[in-house]
Amino acid sequence: MAEKKREVNKRKEKAISYFDYNLLFLVIFLVCFGLVMLYSSSSYICANSAKYNYDAAHYLKLQLRNYIIGAFGMVFFIAVPYKTWKKFGWLAYFVSFILCVLVIFIGSESHGQARWIYIGPIGFQPSEVAKVGVIVFLAMLLERIPKQLKSIKSLAKVFAMLLPIIGAVAYNNLSTAIIIMGIAVCMLFVASPKYSHFVVVGIVGIIFAVIFIAAAGYRVGRIEAWLHPETADPGDVYQTLQGLYAIGSGGLFGKGLGESLQKMGNVPESQNDMIFTIICEELGLFGAVCVILLFMLIIWRMMVISNNAPDLFGSLLVVGVMSHIAIQVILNIAVVTNSIPNTGVILPFISYGGTSILILMCEIGLVLGVSRSIRLESIK
Amino acid sequence: MERNKTYNRKKICIFCFIIFACACLLTGRLIYLMIFKHDYYTEKAIDLQQRERQIKAARGEIVDRNGVVLATNEAVCTISVIHNQITDEEQVIQMLCKELELSEEYVRKRVEKVTSIEKIKSNVSKEIGKRILAYELDGVKVDEDYKRVYPYNELASKVLGFTGSDNQGIIGLESKYETYLKGQDGTILTFTDARGREVEDLIENRLEPVSGDTLQITMDYNIQAYCMQAAEKAYLQKEADHVSIIVMNPQNGELLAMANYPEFNPNEPFTLIEQYAQYAGTEEESDYLNEMWRNPCVSDTYEPGSTFKIITTSAALEEGIVGLNDSYYCPGYIMVEDRKIRCHKTIGHGSETFEEGIENSCNPVFISVGLELGVDRYYHYFERFGLLDKTHIDLPGEANTIMHKKENIGPVELATISFGQSFQITPIQLATTVSSLINGGTRVTPHFGMSVTDSTTGEVETFEYETLPGICSEEASETLRYLLEQVVSDGSGSRAYLEGFEIGGKTATSQTLPRSENKYISSFLGFAPASDPEVLVLVIIHNPQGIYYGGTIAAPIAREIFENILPYLD
Repeated sequence: MAEKKREVNKRKEKAISYFDYNLLFLVIFLVCFGLVMLYSSSSYICANSAKYNYDAAHYLKLQLRNYIIGAFGMVFFIAVPYKTWKKFGWLAYFVSFILCVLVIFIGSESHGQARWIYIGPIGFQPSEVAKVGVIVFLAMLLERIPKQLKSIKSLAKVFAMLLPIIGAVAYNNLSTAIIIMGIAVCMLFVASPKYSHFVVVGIVGIIFAVIFIAAAGYRVGRIEAWLHPETADPGDVYQTLQGLYAIGSGGLFGKGLGESLQKMGNVPESQNDMIFTIICEELGLFGAVCVILLFMLIIWRMMVISNNAPDLFGSLLVVGVMSHIAIQVILNIAVVTNSIPNTGVILPFISYGGTSILILMCEIGLVLGVSRSIRLESIK
Repeated sequence: MERNKTYNRKKICIFCFIIFACACLLTGRLIYLMIFKHDYYTEKAIDLQQRERQIKAARGEIVDRNGVVLATNEAVCTISVIHNQITDEEQVIQMLCKELELSEEYVRKRVEKVTSIEKIKSNVSKEIGKRILAYELDGVKVDEDYKRVYPYNELASKVLGFTGSDNQGIIGLESKYETYLKGQDGTILTFTDARGREVEDLIENRLEPVSGDTLQITMDYNIQAYCMQAAEKAYLQKEADHVSIIVMNPQNGELLAMANYPEFNPNEPFTLIEQYAQYAGTEEESDYLNEMWRNPCVSDTYEPGSTFKIITTSAALEEGIVGLNDSYYCPGYIMVEDRKIRCHKTIGHGSETFEEGIENSCNPVFISVGLELGVDRYYHYFERFGLLDKTHIDLPGEANTIMHKKENIGPVELATISFGQSFQITPIQLATTVSSLINGGTRVTPHFGMSVTDSTTGEVETFEYETLPGICSEEASETLRYLLEQVVSDGSGSRAYLEGFEIGGKTATSQTLPRSENKYISSFLGFAPASDPEVLVLVIIHNPQGIYYGGTIAAPIAREIFENILPYLD
């Protein structure tokens, strides 16, 4: 009896001590690698431009600041038991919606579209907040109604609930809206016991995308640029072509770290959406595949955590984060390799970003928080 | 609390699998782009990133036969602006206006022009270039360049020529020897960023420029300088249109001097000389610039007049139809068919030998000789002496002889040709032909180019020129030299006589066309020493005012030149 009790205690201790260090170190490694590449891709432009006060480390410093803030966010989400967030599901939904509507009216412009809200000197992107808001909300919602998800009607209902947020985001940031939609689809897919619905959803989604693209005039140019980059209007394809030159000139092992020539103003936004092209140019196919592998390892760790989460809420939270990262990585690489039409998606952990970095770190915190509640004996 | 069910786990695995599959597809795409399309994209990228910049090569120098530098280079700067690198347009405009002393309008137009690179001013001194660099303004480029400099300004300008804005030879020797002089520009292949700014710290692909080869010419600076002075003096004293002096070595065709007054300043070739200054800015400006650059010794033809009697004499001697003591009678004119052709001495020379006839430069004597030779034989010698062909002097723009067609030559034409009228040749043609007749009968090619020295290897390439021996016999040549010496010692060329030296020569006074203008060309052709000529001088004064007899005004100039250069040549 006493033995048994001791055993139980041991188990309890073990259960508490579990923490997915694999994921933590993979993320730390990726963050450090990202900082190096960010400096490499932005230093030349910054050092030669009055706009950045000739400070080569301009972006590096900002990104470090963002990661430090992000680290606090991550620790916070690790420390607070994830189950707490279940209570905030609806709050997350409404806050996300209100912020996304607000930004339409009081947002600050950048690149022609108002995406930022400033509270004093601190600015943030509501669309990024909406991503995590939707993840928490959906995890909460889907956990309550797993059985109803068999019917396509309930799926549609869930989608209808998300439409206000997606619509508000889509108003000035289509790519983020697509990502949020993707996250939702992935979470629904995992939560639902059915497959057939998702084939239908997939087909409808594709049709929807085609109609939307055809309807929005300025996107037609992007399609043309995608299909025939060498002959299309140079204004439309400039970024794509420059990115391809960078990727193509990398070769097997690249030009070496810091040796990119395309980063010297040829590839626009080289520290941002296009950073993967600079990685390809400097580190070659080898480096690019390593980066993809790193992301896949992170996805794999998340899959393990998700599979072993003690409840569906935790599992779905992890699936949401996983799909968020996976979708962004795939879309970003697909865009820079001109595999799909151009749309602005950043590469998680590597591209420069403020709100996005904070949100990503919080999400990792969430996932690690879920990993803490895994009971060791349940790992298979 | 809802448990994580088996189907959820299965779906998570499927979801993961889909992600991995996408990653694999993208990896495949990357392999295609980075391995199979690597060469294609690398080439495209290099096209975009690499810029070729030229480094100007120094042009070869031109030195005289003793190594005196007649044309050299000065390092200067070319100032240009790169539009999309300029950060402060106003400041750039103000600075360029101030430093280059240009009008604001001119500079503004160029600075505001959207081109990759716009030249503002070339041939800016190095000092100003350094000052401009010191401003450190974005988008202002200072490139090193060379400017052609002629240290002796007007000296031999029409022979040397000048260079254009790209340092290319425009006229004269600069143009003729362009291939040797121009050198090879070097290039720097640099990598530039998107704004065209060169990326420092990258290994440059540098191809060093090769300087042009040094051209040594047969001209003697001292003789040329003296001839220019003499030409200037005659020009001023006689208020002539222009004065040309050629000094050459009759044995090999080397030209020691070729002065044409007025010369121009090749350092400022686009500034009209004083004589034409009133046409500056007018529509005729370019005509007068061409006139100013023209080398009349080579490009202009004239009626040689009595100096051509040398050729008639040679033909007659060669043909053996005259003896020195053959006697002629000059009544002051001669009837050819129905035409009465006057002698310059209207009362006539009376009875005279052939030798006296040439001393007197008596037209009837030479008309008689010419008519005796006949059209066929005269034309034959005209051709054989090389008069129908060009001299092939190594200066551009040589004019052809303007001569009657053989079938159009009747007795009257033949008579006028015999004393140097009704056809035209260039001064260099006359000097060359006479040189060939007095050097023993070897047709020489007049030339300035002596050798070129390769700027890198130091190898010297000496030029060879064609000679054609046997255009007349040695005896005929010797007799001719004797006769021409007599002209100077006893005849019409006596004002060229210089004690202690044997000088041969022939005077000429010809009226230019149209005759009604009463314009004359006075000339004298002399050589020394008469028995074995080393130097030949041809002096031509166009349209002298006052006395216009060649023997009176041209011969003394030749005498002065001989007086100065004969001791010098020894």
